[in-house]
Amino acid sequence: MKPGSLLPCAALVLFLGAWEAAVWLWGIPRFLLPPPSAIVQAFADDPRALARALETTASAALLGFAASAALGVASAILLSSSRLLERAFYPYTVFLQTVPIIAIAPLLVIWFGPGLRAVTVSALIVSIFPVIANTLAGIRSVDPALRDLFKLYRASRAATLLQLELPGALPQLFTGLRVAAGLAVIGTIVGEFVAGFGEDDAGLGIRILSAARQTQTAQIFACVALAALLGLALSSAVGALGARLTRHWHAAEKSDRA
Amino acid sequence: MVSRRPGVSVRARGLRRVFPGGVEAVGGVDLEIGEGAFVALLGPSGCGKSTLLRMIAGLDAPSAGSIRLVGDGAREALAYVFQDAHLLPWRSVEENVALPLELRGVPGAERRQLARHAIAEVGLADAGGRYPAELSGGMRMRVSLARAIVTRPRLLLLDEPFAALDEITRQRLDDQLRALHQVLGMTVLFVTHSIAEAVYLADRAIVLSSRPARIVLDRTIELPRERSSSIRAEPRFARELGELLRGLEEGEG
Repeated sequence: MKPGSLLPCAALVLFLGAWEAAVWLWGIPRFLLPPPSAIVQAFADDPRALARALETTASAALLGFAASAALGVASAILLSSSRLLERAFYPYTVFLQTVPIIAIAPLLVIWFGPGLRAVTVSALIVSIFPVIANTLAGIRSVDPALRDLFKLYRASRAATLLQLELPGALPQLFTGLRVAAGLAVIGTIVGEFVAGFGEDDAGLGIRILSAARQTQTAQIFACVALAALLGLALSSAVGALGARLTRHWHAAEKSDRA
Repeated sequence: MVSRRPGVSVRARGLRRVFPGGVEAVGGVDLEIGEGAFVALLGPSGCGKSTLLRMIAGLDAPSAGSIRLVGDGAREALAYVFQDAHLLPWRSVEENVALPLELRGVPGAERRQLARHAIAEVGLADAGGRYPAELSGGMRMRVSLARAIVTRPRLLLLDEPFAALDEITRQRLDDQLRALHQVLGMTVLFVTHSIAEAVYLADRAIVLSSRPARIVLDRTIELPRERSSSIRAEPRFARELGELLRGLEEGEG
């Protein structure tokens, strides 16, 4: 374990301990606030079902994220190809960010039917804006001198895109993807609330709803914890990939020889 | 390996550049630069000398007047070095230097060979696999120079390329550039605001006035072709400095 992660871990242990103690000390009813030990128990009661729920939600979130990455980058490339296009359409991408997904989720059910497709589209809508905005900003911020250089050597549009604009936009692109990865999980859970599958391969969202109906509060916490971990894992993985791809940008040490 | 091809000559007539908003950067410049010449364009900061160079490179269009580059395929035969190195941080030194060849569709093996050769020519032979962020400012500028000469340009345009470097490094790169000019024989147009650098490097110095840039002095530098830094201490070096300085002061007024 890295030394830097020791402190947050200690803080977590302290927090969970205080939570456990508080519930016992003040006799808080379990349906209001279950102690951490009860949440662990909920995991232990039916690990299979929770694992299946996690799997369902994770695949929908991954699918939604992949779609949002692909469509987001493609849209940004398209918008960056002409000022006119950008001025005409970019304002509407902001709409994607402000639209309350919970309000249009029922629409998605009507269009795509309940199930994976509607859930994935919900994840896509929630997560695509940061990808478009950051990729576009990245492409726009490419060094003008390098643009001149490519112009000087008569680089084709494709070469300029592939050798200059996209690699140049990578750091910002990955900032967008990281945010999108977390948002995709949120979009998936919301999508499942409205358009989730039946009981067999229910995702975390569905399990949260049914646990809520039966006031199995510990069960809700268990699902929430899994959803949070899923979002964290996804965005860390994307962040690590981004760091790997841009590892040459910043040197660990600089030589002073001329 | 080294092919000495004739340089490209430059002819500009009544060149003007007025930016949108009415600022006149270049105001009526006539210029005749013979092939193989090493010419310094000297002028105060912000006088429009970079704009002049950009127009010659075809990166900016004149508002009036004309530029002709004379020589076979002259437009394809030019290279440009910017004020900073401007390398692609995700590419190794060798890949950076190979970029112009890549954009022109030179096949991989040949490209790598030419890139390695150019890297050796600027004295960085063993740095090909390193990345720009690992290099010092002087080394980055050398890579930038290697990237410019890798296509064997016949017109090399440099826009205050060494201005940000320390004195020693700058001196070394000046020597390197002169040596490359001797070997490759291309026409060189070198923009600078340093009088000493202009005298040391160039065979001819053109002094520009403050904005809008006009030519106030066009002088052949009377120094031998072979120069080393000891020449800076000689009276004839000082005389050239004095002449150019007088020109600059005239242009300010």
